[in-house]
Amino acid sequence: MKRTIVPFGPQHPVLPEPIHLDLVLEDEKVVEAIPSFGFVHRGMEDLASKRDFNDYLYVVERICGICSYMHGMSYCEGAERIFGVEIPDRAKYLRTIWCELSRLHSHLLWLGLLADAFGFEALFMQSWRIREKILDMVEDSTGGRLISSVNLIGGVARDMDREMLDGFVKQFDKMESELRSLTKVFLKDTTVRARLFEVGVLTKTDAILYGAVGPMMRASGIELDTRKLGYAAYGDIDFDIITSNGCDSLARCEVRIGEIFQSFNIIRQAVAKIPDGEICISVKGNPKGEATVRMEQPRGEALYYMKANGTRNLERFRVRTPTFSNIYSLLKILPGAQFADVPLLILTIDPCISCTER
Amino acid sequence: MPKFTKSPWVMHYDGSSCNGCDIEVLASMTPLYDIERLGVVNTGDPRQADILLITGGINYYNESVVRQIYSQMPEPKVVVAVGICACSGGVFRDCYNIKGGVDTTIPVDVYVPGCAARPESIIDGIVQALEVLEKKSAASAAPTEGESNA
Ligand code: SF4
Repeated sequence: MKRTIVPFGPQHPVLPEPIHLDLVLEDEKVVEAIPSFGFVHRGMEDLASKRDFNDYLYVVERICGICSYMHGMSYCEGAERIFGVEIPDRAKYLRTIWCELSRLHSHLLWLGLLADAFGFEALFMQSWRIREKILDMVEDSTGGRLISSVNLIGGVARDMDREMLDGFVKQFDKMESELRSLTKVFLKDTTVRARLFEVGVLTKTDAILYGAVGPMMRASGIELDTRKLGYAAYGDIDFDIITSNGCDSLARCEVRIGEIFQSFNIIRQAVAKIPDGEICISVKGNPKGEATVRMEQPRGEALYYMKANGTRNLERFRVRTPTFSNIYSLLKILPGAQFADVPLLILTIDPCISCTER
Repeated sequence: MPKFTKSPWVMHYDGSSCNGCDIEVLASMTPLYDIERLGVVNTGDPRQADILLITGGINYYNESVVRQIYSQMPEPKVVVAVGICACSGGVFRDCYNIKGGVDTTIPVDVYVPGCAARPESIIDGIVQALEVLEKKSAASAAPTEGESNA
């Protein structure tokens, strides 16, 4: 059959970010997808050699606006490992709480975008309405909606008092019941199911082969979550890894919805257990040495590598972000899909292009 | 706020932002902020757009895309630079791939500060853009001032 090539992007209405795919079609079926990247490449890793390592933290937070908090936190963890310092326990718990708040807002954002991708506008608006409440909490506690700049090498810059923490937990009950009825639409509604069920199947073997990470991998039945490494306060918190054996888009939706409710529970536990005390220790001097940090972001496992040579600038800073790993899986699930499902499939990996291209 | 003669459609494009401003642009369209009450509709097609919201600075690879989108928009058109990156390059201005703010590539009418720009300020920027658009359409309608860039 004759083949047509349809260019997708860089400017397109699906994602806010530019991505370009050349879709090779046979009739309505995709036979191949050829990506090209670099539309938001800025060259941030190189900037590490021009900025003081303390200032560079604020650049790292801007790798991606959605996981901004986690990027900053990973950078601090790496620097703390190089300095060989242990941060106060209270700071660890505060970091855990903020991490989960970021996960909540990121997953709700994704649910909204997914709804938008299959053309369910009202569902998109509802998801983002609930997300605003999470952003209010982030703003109350850090001062920023997205870019919080609350991490420091050696701890955190702001504390939350008892009243605020209890206030958050109190709001969770209402939000959870709202979310229950919202997520029921994603999982049970016939039209939504028709768009998601058995669309974009990534088998367990393929997920391993193509190195999928995060919810993408867990939706293919692989039980792996970097939070179980016990960084920050995750070691003291009891949670199960959420997986699904569906391997399709619906399973990915299911895993992320499960993680939303799990995040509420993690924050509840952290609020109940948080100890009193200092939130920051002072760290002096210049770093010398290497560190590698693995961290579970909303989109999956991110890997950071830092090398310092005793000067004010880092010698090398490198990030491997979750979307970078998941793009291979995307290119695996696109061939064979219907053309109309392409936006949806791109969204199911929860792409963050600015992370990937930096 | 004066009366406007038309409901302008906006389009959003990501120059090379960190995503922070992008999702704030989207958030300003959702129930809490809701710019649709100003008659603004978000569109994905430059040929239907009156206002272009650009987030992030301009990098060398994206430059031609931004130029192309700008040239595809019908006159009169207004460009709003959203976020410090779009205004001047922001934290990324020393990166090797960043050319600078949006005004290094296409003319900008309204600058919205902030990192990330808050939805409130984005709405304010759009309201100012509406006024600029109104002026531009009045100028292009007047027969004596036939200049296309007016
Ligand atoms: S102004 Fe700040 S939030 Fe906006 S794109 Fe630039 S770095 Fe990101």
